[in-house]
Amino acid sequence: MSGRDEGELADLLRAGLAGDERAYARFLHRAAGLVRTYVRRRITHGGVDAEDVVQETLLALHLKRHTWMADAPVLPWMFAIARFKLIDAFRRRGRRIEVDLDEVAETLAQPEEDQASARDVTRALDTLAPGQKAVVSAISVEGHSIAQTAQALGMNETAVRVALHRGLAALARRFGRT
Amino acid sequence: MKTDDLIRALAADAGHRTLPQGRTFMIAGGAAIVLAAVVFAITLGPRPDALQSLDSLRYLFKFAVMIALAGSAFALLRAGARPEGGASGLLLWLALAPLLLLAGVLLELFAVPSADWARQMIGTNSRVCLTFIPLIGIGPLAVFLLALRHGAPTRLARAGALAGLLAGALAGAFYAAHCPDDSPLFVAVWYSLAIAGLSGLGALLAPWIARW
Repeated sequence: MSGRDEGELADLLRAGLAGDERAYARFLHRAAGLVRTYVRRRITHGGVDAEDVVQETLLALHLKRHTWMADAPVLPWMFAIARFKLIDAFRRRGRRIEVDLDEVAETLAQPEEDQASARDVTRALDTLAPGQKAVVSAISVEGHSIAQTAQALGMNETAVRVALHRGLAALARRFGRT
Repeated sequence: MKTDDLIRALAADAGHRTLPQGRTFMIAGGAAIVLAAVVFAITLGPRPDALQSLDSLRYLFKFAVMIALAGSAFALLRAGARPEGGASGLLLWLALAPLLLLAGVLLELFAVPSADWARQMIGTNSRVCLTFIPLIGIGPLAVFLLALRHGAPTRLARAGALAGLLAGALAGAFYAAHCPDDSPLFVAVWYSLAIAGLSGLGALLAPWIARW
């Protein structure tokens, strides 16, 4: 199974790096599934949310995709990034627990409601500059294309692409630190 | 934001091009050499007999050790800038320069009477060496830390130490053309100290600068 994953993921990522957005989206979906399994297996107690780590890993895979060598296997590269982000999440969580135990106890006692709005990535999104936030939200949450977003916000497509990229880079920097 | 939402945004950014890893390190290496050369030329410059000395084995040996160290540190740094980290096979290469230096030291101990060992080791220029190797190397260190920042190192302190080792070896290779002390005993003590200082600085700074 791993061998098939490896070959298919490598092909999809190669196509994605060449600019094929659909192949790249398929790569990210496949990667999300594998990373989710990897992360869930390693989070044995509360405190760290697996999906937060999956999302942070996806952001890192994207922003660091140039560190994959086209002749090297994808899976070790991908899991090395997932592992790094998982350890980072544990470290941050450890620090937070030391600082405010009460808050953690409170969140544990509350029922799970709207998961998506409680995510680290959503909190990070809220801290973005207004222009970047509008573009990232339009394309991600609302599912608009670059062209639709440009029209809706009265920007040209290049400006939308620049704001999107800068917004994603800022999201990665602020992930879990807001 | 759901994971599928995030993937939509990431896919829409697929067209954004970033500098490939291999080219990043070629550029960083070139920039570091130019930077070191400029600082060296401005502050010290080569010694008057820098070219005539090329037939002196002791003089050439200094460059051999520094270039061996720079080469192995460069290969390891480039590998360490990727998330999977360096292949452990490369780690052996890092022993090349120290072994070369050790061989040089042993030969020198045979060649020079023991009464002269201390004089050769202390030399005449140790303070200049400890000042200018870090001074020439600090710019290259900054360049390599930025290259690491562009990459995705997962062992940050180790990668930073390698960046400092590489910057120190480059600086040492330039400084060797100025320094009148050619004894391997001098190189083993003072060059090593100066390079270790840069390496320690790199290990301290990398977790801040190259975090991702």
